Amino acid sequence: MSAFSVIQPPAATMPAGEKLPLAAVALGLLALLVAAADADVASARLSLYLALALLSGGALGWAWLAFGRTAAGWHPHDLWRRSSTSRGAVAWATGVALTGFYVVLYWFPGLLENLIRALDPFSQWLRHRPADQWLLYGTFYTLAVLVLGGRALWKYRFSRYHLARTVSVMFFQLGFAFLLPGLLLALQQPEYYFSYFWPLKYDYLFPGTVGQLLHGGGLGVFMVFWGVAMSFLATPVLTYFFGKRWYCAWVCGCGGLAETAGDAYRHLSDKSRQAWHWEVRLIYPILGLITLLTALLWLGASGAVPALGVVTGPLGQFYGFAIGSVFSGIIGVGFYPLLGSRVWCRFGCPMAAYLGLLQKHFSRFRISTNGGQCISCGNCSNACEMGIDVKQYAQRGEPIIRAACVGCGLCATACPRGVLNLENGPREGRLTGSAFIHADSLRIL
Amino acid sequence: MHLVIIGNGITGVTAAITARRLSPEARITLLGAESAHHYSRPALMYLYLGHLRYPDVKPYEDWFWPENRLELVHAEATSVDTAARSVQLATGQLLAYDCLLLATGSVVRTAGWPGQQLHGVQGFYGLPDLESMSRATHGIRHAVVVGGGLIGVELAEMLHSRGIRVTWLVREQRYWQSVLPPEESALLAAHILRNGIDFRLATELSEVLGDAQGRVRAVVTSTGQELPAEWVGLAIGVQPNLALARAAGLETDRGILVNEVLATSAPGVYAAGDCAQHRQPAPGEAAVEQLWYTGRMQGETVAHTLCGQPTPYRRGHWFNSAKFFQLEYQTYGRVPAQPEADIASFCWQHPSGKLLRINFRQSDNVVTGMNVLGLRQRQDTWERWLREKAPVGTVLAQLAAANFDAEFSRQHEPAIRREFSRQFPAIILASPRRKGLFGAQ
Repeated sequence: MSAFSVIQPPAATMPAGEKLPLAAVALGLLALLVAAADADVASARLSLYLALALLSGGALGWAWLAFGRTAAGWHPHDLWRRSSTSRGAVAWATGVALTGFYVVLYWFPGLLENLIRALDPFSQWLRHRPADQWLLYGTFYTLAVLVLGGRALWKYRFSRYHLARTVSVMFFQLGFAFLLPGLLLALQQPEYYFSYFWPLKYDYLFPGTVGQLLHGGGLGVFMVFWGVAMSFLATPVLTYFFGKRWYCAWVCGCGGLAETAGDAYRHLSDKSRQAWHWEVRLIYPILGLITLLTALLWLGASGAVPALGVVTGPLGQFYGFAIGSVFSGIIGVGFYPLLGSRVWCRFGCPMAAYLGLLQKHFSRFRISTNGGQCISCGNCSNACEMGIDVKQYAQRGEPIIRAACVGCGLCATACPRGVLNLENGPREGRLTGSAFIHADSLRIL
Repeated sequence: MHLVIIGNGITGVTAAITARRLSPEARITLLGAESAHHYSRPALMYLYLGHLRYPDVKPYEDWFWPENRLELVHAEATSVDTAARSVQLATGQLLAYDCLLLATGSVVRTAGWPGQQLHGVQGFYGLPDLESMSRATHGIRHAVVVGGGLIGVELAEMLHSRGIRVTWLVREQRYWQSVLPPEESALLAAHILRNGIDFRLATELSEVLGDAQGRVRAVVTSTGQELPAEWVGLAIGVQPNLALARAAGLETDRGILVNEVLATSAPGVYAAGDCAQHRQPAPGEAAVEQLWYTGRMQGETVAHTLCGQPTPYRRGHWFNSAKFFQLEYQTYGRVPAQPEADIASFCWQHPSGKLLRINFRQSDNVVTGMNVLGLRQRQDTWERWLREKAPVGTVLAQLAAANFDAEFSRQHEPAIRREFSRQFPAIILASPRRKGLFGAQ
């Protein structure tokens, strides 16, 4: 009865002023299609540059209008009343377009040939070689992180924590995941991403890759050292001091895209207990699978067990297709407008699983609850991109220590009563709740 | 034992959950007239703002209730027979109880203004109010809010978010003057004005004017001005919901009268939360407490008594928090709105609109309370300082330990100490402790 019309409020109208930058974005998408269809390299290049300029300018202009005219602060007005951010028609259209792009990129790159050729001069300048579909993807990806990172910087200009982590993901995406690998290629070195580690970039510790890198000598040896040191030394140490966030919300490219391009979709993550069950069912088996595959490959390479390739070959192909392509790309990014920005990070990423286990059991990080001040309003849970029902902890006066938490800090920002704070404290008493609420022993999750 | 709780707000629900913990075998029935499930009343504004959907403001998912054997009945209780120990429901059902808890909350208070019955004039307390407000304010251009409390600022922010011009009438000379010292009032008034609200202090509502269809069209203020208004929000406060208790013959005054263990005048019947009035409140405490936090604490306390562990209600040190547009407010301990004998008040303000006030006794320098606006302070730390009667010099030296602002936020403790030494040069501050990169403590 009474709650019914509250559940279905009137749809929000788009302020007239915001229609202009949105028109620029639409024109940019159109120009992109024109470029993709244009076989003439020179005019396709012109269309592509025009498209990127319109898309970037439009997106930044829109952010300026949407977040600039009101006082700085957290006020996601009409978030659940707009078609684009409440799984409406606009969201579905965006999701289909993004998913379609990934399908074309992975399996029909020929359709992108004109766009790829249009990037040849840029690729020659950066990498000393012609462009390919991955350069096109990397360019789009990096531009998305930078332009929508600009949007995030403007939106969160009131919080130095959000400014710092946004600048950080923009820096690592541009420098470590785009320019540096290109530069390495130009210098005839292996294309290596210093910001991705096993088990996310799983093949970096496969015997084949390691062998190739070591064979190259010099820089290759350093790359192998870097990969091993980051996966098995730096990751536990940094996670001990700062929690999983040092990677997921400050360095990682997937996290970088989620925190910038995906910021408008963070609330769409499913907070139900059911979703948490699926999270545990998926992410730890995936970590187990890639660990097993890596171990088997080394076992095979050692020659101790002959003909292991019969198992590792298909297993590797399956993992690369199902997890590397379909899960991380199509579902992970393509479904942003429907399932939220961290579907891959939450349900699929083996690095997140590894970091999460460390965070939960061997870390100083926690989100503290401030005494008995929670009003159970639900803003924290809504803001959580990882689908953690934060208020279940806050209203019981307990600190939030969850493997999934990437430490984006938006729960603390969204809280209207100053109840939540991300802290690296001593491990003693890390799990202790507030004395102001006598937490019940009833199962909540 | 069959425990029946009337009211599924924070008080009733906390009592139910606590009783389930204390008495795993008890049968517990939770009656809610307003909604099928418990929802967070302070979160209603976020539904209107579009930040959240209705399921988001339910503190527990729907499976929580059957899994914990808390029986929910979505029906109005129409009468209570305290002799027969039964509750009559509007559905015709008769519910027998061994113990009864009345957690019936509040109703909106009005002042009997001419025209207050017009369509488009309403209070703001529950889901039906939100629903009628959503309908009545759709597409309108002018609204008037009456009353300078916390509901008033919520209404102003809600309406403003939809581009509605808001005129806000506040009777007092300064904002929330019954609670806040003058500096806080001034800072908040400036903040409200900066957010585009037509904010009018020392102005009362005289009359509401309607059109031929019985809809509100304007208000007349105590200054004689007529202001256009397509919707009027009445936010001068709430009062205990006594209808059921009075009909049952319980002793009432402003609220349902309860003793130290929250028992009413009838055996086996208890009352807690907004609707209860303490016969003998502790010194300096209010007889009727209408807060989310006190509702929760009273609900937890009364559940112990209901489960055979008679527990007097002890509120402990006062605390509260609120948010005024972008500005957060927290208070711990006692901070009177007017100066008091033997109480010194240190107030620091930052040009960006932040404020910190610490009150302490002049005779022995013991801290007695604090207010902050635009800063976050750690409740556990303040509670300890208040409990241990910490001297103000120690508190200021260790102020960073109470800092609950997000990482990388500007730290104002040195500036606060400098200002304190300027205002109170006779009090020596101990050397401060720093908050480092690796942790709070």
